[in-house]
This record gives sequence, C-alpha cells and structure tokens, in this order.
Amino acid sequence: MTIEETAREIAARGECAPRLARDPVNQAMVNNWVEAIGDTNPVYTDPEFAAASVHKGLVAPPAMAQVWTMGGLNVPRGSDDPLGLMMELLDEAGFTSVVATNSEQTYHRYLRPGEQVEARTALESVVGPKRTALGEGWFVTTRVRWYVEGEAVAEMMFRVLKFRPPAPKPPAAPVLRPVISKDTEFFWDGLREGELRIQRWGETLRHPPGPMPPDGSLDAKPDYVVASGRGTVFSYVVHHHPPVPGKDLPFVVALVELEEGVRVMAELLDAAPDEVHIGLPVVAAFVRVDEDLTLPAWKVAR
Amino acid sequence: MTVAEGTELPPLTIEATPTFVVSTALATRDFQDVHHDRDSAVARGSKDIFLNILTDTGLVQRFVSDWAGPEALIRSVKIRLGVPCYAYDTLTFTGRVVSADGHDVVVSVSGVDSLGEHVAGTVEVTLP
Repeated sequence: MTIEETAREIAARGECAPRLARDPVNQAMVNNWVEAIGDTNPVYTDPEFAAASVHKGLVAPPAMAQVWTMGGLNVPRGSDDPLGLMMELLDEAGFTSVVATNSEQTYHRYLRPGEQVEARTALESVVGPKRTALGEGWFVTTRVRWYVEGEAVAEMMFRVLKFRPPAPKPPAAPVLRPVISKDTEFFWDGLREGELRIQRWGETLRHPPGPMPPDGSLDAKPDYVVASGRGTVFSYVVHHHPPVPGKDLPFVVALVELEEGVRVMAELLDAAPDEVHIGLPVVAAFVRVDEDLTLPAWKVAR
Repeated sequence: MTVAEGTELPPLTIEATPTFVVSTALATRDFQDVHHDRDSAVARGSKDIFLNILTDTGLVQRFVSDWAGPEALIRSVKIRLGVPCYAYDTLTFTGRVVSADGHDVVVSVSGVDSLGEHVAGTVEVTLP
C-alpha cells in the first residue's frame, strides 16, 4: 500500500481509543510549567487570588491542554494512535525527522486540579511528498479532542512535517599520497610542470626510477628525458574492490608502453572498462591534486 | 476593560538559553531528543536544540495574558511555526489587536528571532 492509501485507511477509522492522561490535572505540573514558561498569572498558583477571581478557584493554564496527555519518556504511543501509526510508516519510508508546524488550540473551558483528561485523536490528512527548506517530507494533520468525563474541554488541529534530512556533505575526497624520495623527486617535479620525465642512465631509460643503473655502476649519475607522452596499453586491470579513497569504482589502471620503450603505470581516465584493450593508443595526462602533488594518468588518444 | 483595534501590546523578550529550551520541553512533557540533546539535534540536521511547539503555544498565551490581565479568558491560541528558535537565540514577541467586539478581542502575535519569524499566530481572548 502507498503512504496515501494507508493514510486514507487510518483517517477513515475516525477517532482512536481515548488516551488517558498519566496524572490528573495537578499543581506540581502546573508549577513546573509556569516556572519554565515564565507565566506569573496568579490564577494558576495563588489559591487566595484564584478564589476571588472569575474562576472562583485555581485553574490550569489553558495552553497546557496538550501537556496532560503527552506520552512519557519511555511510553510508546497507543497502537491505534493515528499520529503514531503515520510516524512509523514515514520512518520506514526514510522520512525520519519531525518538526511541528501548526497548532490551533481552542479551549472550551479552563481545567481544574483533580480533573482527569483523556485525548482522542483522528487523522485529518497526509499531504506530500513536498520539497521544503528542511528536506523532502509529508505534512501530517491530526485533530485531537480532550474530554473530562465525556465533556469536550478543548480541541486542537496539529500539523507536523515528517521529513528526510539532507545527507551531510562528505568531506573533501582524500587521496593516497606517494612517498617521494631523492631518487624520484625529479619525476614528481616534472608532473607538476606537465612533463612525464623518464630516468636516463647514459643510453638506458629506466622506469620506475631507482638509485642505481641496470649495470649496478656506483659511479653513474642519472638525468632524464621528457617523454612524448604517447604510448599503447600493454596491460591493464579494472579495479572493482576494495574502495580507494577519492575514487569512484570501478576504475581502470593501465600499464602503458611509451614510444620511448619504457612502461609506466597510471590510472586510465574517462574510459569505460569494456572500451579498454591491449594496444589501445593513449596519451599522458596530469591530475593536479593540490599545490604539492600532481598524479600521472592516461587518456585514450582520440 | 475594552480596547480599540490597532492597540499594540508591549513587546516581550525571551532569552532562549539552553536551560530555557530544555526546561520548557520537559515542563511540557515533550521528550523528543531534538529539544534536549544537542548531538541528536545536529545529527538530524539542526544547528542546535530548539524550542518545541508546546512552549510556543505557552509563550503566546503568556504574552497575551500578561497584557490582558490575570482574569482575561484565553479562548484559543492558533500558531504557525516559521524558522527554528535554536538555543542561544533571543525571541521577541510583538502583538496587535486586529479585531475587538466588546470584551472579545483577537490579537495577532509574531515572535521573531535572529533567523526571522519563528512563530506567527492569533489569540482569541475575552477581556475582564
């Protein structure tokens, strides 16, 4: 059943079974309320003043009508309570947050200490989903009537917005940073400048760069050449799992054989996994992460 | 006591300290976590704990009866909430008599905080 269908069914049931207030109208709860709200009206707290007033005795603040029948800290709503049923349904649908938006209370008379109030709630309407400043949500409107021994003493239209809070923004994507040594510094410096630099020992090119030439000579000193950046895919993998910081899965990592004859491994950007094949022509690309770090990458030569 | 249409009520300023937000939520038996648990309120997308609607109804009633006197009879309090009133904000109520029929008057009320209009409504009251 859709949310609307369930709502119509609940609304058709009319008023639910009465919920009895936990306590009769009492001075202790009135005292807490007037103290918290800052209401100094003596008809609520001063027996002498109240006795001489239009009320001929102490009364409870009318705005407390709803307070008497509120659920407690650990008290679940009645199983047939229409507001509770709608809250559960919308929770399940992912609309997990709630704010009250409207309350229209009408007081038929003031309540007196000792009176036992009961509330009966009916579902009036459920409207949504609506886009709001708080997120997408549903407006749930109920009508509550309060009775004392069958006499209606107050009533209320109550509307809440049950909404899905927007997901918090993920932190800026981190990236795995390479270890940069004396031997590899030239390579990373080159990437920052937009150059793919390959270590050279005399006539021999070497990648990844290392501390010694292939012949093991301890006296040799390397320099580098700037590669053209053109090459073809020699081998590749499509990475599906596990997640990699800063990467959307899947992505392709390609070992590319450059025109200069050495092979360099880097991510192949903007290529669907089924588009990649051995021999695919690619060109070097440069992914600037921040001021200090630029990563090598490949793009399909088009 | 009779009043003319257009009569302005004396403004009321409420400092919505965390103590005020929490103590009014508990005094109105509203145990929703967003009114007393800052971490939960933030996790649900709010900046901080915020006033509950039962307190707004109480404040609007208090604002009008402070002006109308202890023997005025409050007939109805109808409110609509706008922006939240988070802890540490200041709420200022203003009001004006919008209709007067003998002792029966209707007062429009507005409560504004730093984010804008937090609550707007009308109160029907019978003056003594």
